[in-house]
Amino acid sequence: MNSIVCVKEIPDPETPAAAFSIDPVAMRAIPAKDTPPVISPFDEQAVEAALRLKDAHGGKVTALSMGAPSAEKVLKHVLSMGADEAFLLNDSSFDDSDSASTAYALAQAIKKVGEFDLVFCGRQAGDFDAGQVGSGIAEILSIPSVTVAKKIEASDGKARVERVLPDGYEVVEVSLPALITVSSEVGEPRYATLKGIMAAAKKTVPVWNAQEIGAEPSKLGVAGARTKMLKLFIPVREAKCEIIEGENEEETAFKLALKLREIKLI
Amino acid sequence: MADNKGVLVCGECMDGNLAAMTLELLGIGRKLADDLGEELAAVLMGEKVVDLAEEAIRFGADKVYIVESPLLKDYVTDSYVAVMEKLCQEATPSILLMGQNSMGRDLAPRLAFRLGTGLTTDCLELRIDPDTKLMVQTKPVYGGNALAEIVCEQTRPQMATVRPKCMEPLQRDDSRKGEVVTFDAGLDASMIKVKWLDKVKEEVEGVKLEDAEVVVVGGRGMGGPEAFAQLHELAKMLGGAVGATRPPCDSGWVPTTSQVGLTGKLVTPTLYIGVANSGASQHLAGCSGSKNMIAINKDPDANIFKVCQYGVVGDYRKVLPPFVQKVKELLAG
Repeated sequence: MNSIVCVKEIPDPETPAAAFSIDPVAMRAIPAKDTPPVISPFDEQAVEAALRLKDAHGGKVTALSMGAPSAEKVLKHVLSMGADEAFLLNDSSFDDSDSASTAYALAQAIKKVGEFDLVFCGRQAGDFDAGQVGSGIAEILSIPSVTVAKKIEASDGKARVERVLPDGYEVVEVSLPALITVSSEVGEPRYATLKGIMAAAKKTVPVWNAQEIGAEPSKLGVAGARTKMLKLFIPVREAKCEIIEGENEEETAFKLALKLREIKLI
Repeated sequence: MADNKGVLVCGECMDGNLAAMTLELLGIGRKLADDLGEELAAVLMGEKVVDLAEEAIRFGADKVYIVESPLLKDYVTDSYVAVMEKLCQEATPSILLMGQNSMGRDLAPRLAFRLGTGLTTDCLELRIDPDTKLMVQTKPVYGGNALAEIVCEQTRPQMATVRPKCMEPLQRDDSRKGEVVTFDAGLDASMIKVKWLDKVKEEVEGVKLEDAEVVVVGGRGMGGPEAFAQLHELAKMLGGAVGATRPPCDSGWVPTTSQVGLTGKLVTPTLYIGVANSGASQHLAGCSGSKNMIAINKDPDANIFKVCQYGVVGDYRKVLPPFVQKVKELLAG
């Protein structure tokens, strides 16, 4: 069971709103001080899903990331969780990619990695929340896709996948190779073990540029984008929270309840 | 591309009716079509959907495409993408709208790549730029901390998925007339690579979160599954439902179907009560439509206090029991 997992480095989504700022000209977030970028949470869960299949069936897990040189850290993290190898896609021609050009570059890299049974992606990246790249890769590679998965079992060249629905889940079966996007319902990703961290430290993360993945320049970055951002801005919020105070917790709680009665909410 | 005209809404049927999402899409679709001076069409796919065509017209469509096949009974990616690909090639819409829900999230990206066009997902607002006539699509990014305005300049259709409960449906107008067209998608079973096996319902008993007028949401600070019992007691008294932020769901304290947020349920209650949840952007994206919000949290700097009307800074273990008690007394009159 060989899997390829695509991961993205993003600004920490737990960054409090107060510490969040953007560069409106470059149209991107300015990383908050003291808050290093992280692996997109759904992508980490995609790694977990791939590793569970490896635990059950053996095989190899390959991680790919398109991003800045700093994304090497994210790939090292994936290696320390238990992935076997990792490659970083970095080239100035990848800059300002949208979902279309990102999916194209990753699909090219997947072809370079070679044979696989499953490609895993997070259901959406924790920065732009587009949720398009996974399906896009599958379409480019002409393989079936199953999105927002919470459980994956594989046997006999097929995968049985539980897909999250608002009121439960549905079960589908897909023949391999296929692409699966993973949702948080898959559960907590494993921690890296000390052994894993030491093994990851010894591994190098090769960097692939546009030429090395055999990409056509017209399909990369801005040139290959099908959408264009006109503006990025922080919406103005009128926040006026009245903090209810009292002598002790009991009095405060009573006041809060009375306030709700006063404004006829209870 | 110059020949592409009109707005097409991808509709959904639910329990024999048009889904609320579809009525909302017809509402915004009508507005975009009027601003362009073009036609609004809707497509309905399923095993038997023709009876709902007139209803789509009453809610704003000029034309309804009906695509019926046993292969469309349950949503599966391959058959729905195949139908929409063929319809878009023949009907050549300039704009294609879907809901940001289970179907749209899966169908829209795959279709956009099949058609080689651009898509913006989870839009809160759509408008026609009066000069360029392009559809300007506003979507939240960075967990809702920022908004982006996006256009698709070169390729058609311009595709967007729309967040539920963001657009107003039109009033039903029984006098509206329109055209109903049966569309033959030429589907055959060999196109379907993903086989649908079963659906398992996991809905929690009681009031549905999405419909609840009162929603009580516990966060990471609840500390474990037991503490949620108090939230259930409060919700029950108020005729509401209990939700959770992502950490309690990921840790298995509550069913994953309780998750309120960007990738969970979208709630729009009259009263939202946040307990020991910090107000992460990811979560607020799922409840920012609440009419009134109150919160109990021990961290005075928690983000939740930036969005709520009333707050109590304190340990919920000490604040919640007397609060529940007082609410009970007040309700008893």
